[in-house]
Amino acid sequence: MAALLDVKNLGISFGGLRAVNAFNISVEKEELYGLIGPNGAGKTTVFNLLTGVYKPDSGKVLLDGEDITGKKTIDISKAGIARTFQNIRLFKQLSVLDNVKVGLHNKHHYSTIEGILRLPRYRSVEKEMDEKAMDLLKVFELEQVAQQLASNLPYGQQRKLEIARALATEPKLLLLDEPAAGMNPNETGELMDMIRFVREQFHMTVLLIEHDMKLVSGICEKLTVLNFGEVLSQGDTGTVLNDPQVITAYLGE
Amino acid sequence: MGMLKKMSKNTRSNLITYGIVIAAFLIMQTLITTGSISSLLEGLMVPLCIYVILAVSLNLVVGILGELSLGHAGFMCVGAFTSAFFSKCMRDVITSSLLRFFLALLIGIAVAAVFGLIIGIPVLRLKGDYLAIVTLAFGEIIKNLVNVLFIGRDSNGFHFSTKDVMDLNMEPDGTVLVNGPQGITGTPKDSTFLIGVILILITLFIVTNLINSRDGRAIMAIRDNRIAAESIGINVTKYKLMAFTISAALAGAAGVLYAHNLSTLTATTNNFGYNMSITILVFVVLGGIGNIRGSIIAAVILTLLPELLRGLSDYRMLIYAIVLIIMMLFNWAPKAIEWREKYFSFGKRKKEAVK
Ligand SMILES: Nc1ncnc2c1ncn2[C@@H]1O[C@H](COP(=O)(O)OP(=O)(O)OP(=O)(O)O)[C@@H](O)[C@H]1O
Ligand SMILES: [Mg+2]
Repeated sequence: MAALLDVKNLGISFGGLRAVNAFNISVEKEELYGLIGPNGAGKTTVFNLLTGVYKPDSGKVLLDGEDITGKKTIDISKAGIARTFQNIRLFKQLSVLDNVKVGLHNKHHYSTIEGILRLPRYRSVEKEMDEKAMDLLKVFELEQVAQQLASNLPYGQQRKLEIARALATEPKLLLLDEPAAGMNPNETGELMDMIRFVREQFHMTVLLIEHDMKLVSGICEKLTVLNFGEVLSQGDTGTVLNDPQVITAYLGE
Repeated sequence: MGMLKKMSKNTRSNLITYGIVIAAFLIMQTLITTGSISSLLEGLMVPLCIYVILAVSLNLVVGILGELSLGHAGFMCVGAFTSAFFSKCMRDVITSSLLRFFLALLIGIAVAAVFGLIIGIPVLRLKGDYLAIVTLAFGEIIKNLVNVLFIGRDSNGFHFSTKDVMDLNMEPDGTVLVNGPQGITGTPKDSTFLIGVILILITLFIVTNLINSRDGRAIMAIRDNRIAAESIGINVTKYKLMAFTISAALAGAAGVLYAHNLSTLTATTNNFGYNMSITILVFVVLGGIGNIRGSIIAAVILTLLPELLRGLSDYRMLIYAIVLIIMMLFNWAPKAIEWREKYFSFGKRKKEAVK
């Protein structure tokens, strides 16, 4: 069976800096896959390349067999990649519920006129969206704060809301950029359970960047280690974490 | 009361806004019919409606879409001139003033919307200050173009020129319809306070319902975080254009109301130039960016105040300035916002303790 995400020889330069070079990765359906490496290694840049924020200057990206190399962000979203951001990017002045409902935008339709005139379809589709959004919020234990402004949530809940919003687009592949950053060990534990639950419940494939080694070794089945924009090591989590090269370059101490 | 509770908070808040507008209209109408207010103040009622519509429509761009546009008077100008032109041509053809006004309104709105779309496509690629400057220039260009426009009609049909009346080359039976800097004279005075208030209500209906719909959420998502909005598949260009075009169309409606409230329509800096655009922006900023009801209140207070204070001649501008400062504080100081939300939170989201 072909991999869900198949990336070959991906690369980009910023001025003289080769931020990502000859990057390969192959993520199978329903896999929990980790992308790790030191600060500035190019991990976030890989996500930006996969989601069309940057256009690669070399390489190929296949999602479920479809070539999405160099496509626009909006088309990649429609093709089935959703992501969260290292620096949280919520719709701050919208409610928690509305943040998720924006995520549902492309899956639930009514026209502008139907919306302004509040025709029956507006009511029924909005009700559908409310229910779907609440279901997602429940997964992340956010249903109690659904009516609050997103900016009023504590950090940990904001990270969870971002995941809920990404899932609302019904992606094939979920990219999480440091989902546990800023969380205490307790919250991180909860988050690990949630990620596992999402994989099981939604048959989701997850590629995540993380510095928290407890989370990485706890939930990732496979790892790719990035160093200076290049793949340093790749394979099963246990094998990679014992790779002497990885220990020197990243795990250290 | 039970029914009010069952409605969503947004719907309730909107109904309260409609209620305020209707109540204000009834009070003023009563004062007018009983002859309790000066004719000067009475004459201010239609302009008041115009300002309210403009403020609400600009708030859609500035507050909801989060882009600064300084060309709003330009769209108003387009709506005013196209509709006045239509009404003048049709003056003797369509005798029902209501029907004629209704058709003029549709035309003014449609042409302003088309301008919004055409201007929006290139201009909305720009951000912040750049957008502000380009829209400002657009407004000025429109105003200046109208000032060199001459249109006449004779037995052979319409004649156009950008030079002068002679250049129209009309037969002796021809009449000048648009006379350059002298604009359009003899537009039927079809605007009334009642029509103005109805247009306010329609504007409110469109804007508030848009905000609480799928499209409105997409527009606000772009405002709050464009990159995140793109990442979940929101078509940024489409929704920016939608907000801008609807806003332009509504400004066009205000222009139609304006044109049919005067027998002579000319384009000057004060009515269709940057002065007007800035005045509207002041209403939006003082009323609270993104706060629709605030825009209405600011427009009403700041339009009426100079007239109400006329008796106090010397202190007039002083009091006006003080009111400006108070409104600014009321809307923007954190303490004042807290206080307001506590006592005036009509249907607004209450802040709960964050667990
Ligand atoms: N738009 C850009 N322009 C110029 N340089 C960039 C740009 N984006 C990233 N870089 C550079 O590319 C390199 C990789 O950055 P990236 O954000 O991908 O690192 P990272 O692995 O995510 O690090 P961290 O763990 O700190 O998040 C860095 O040197 C960064 O400065
Ligand atoms: Mg990063």
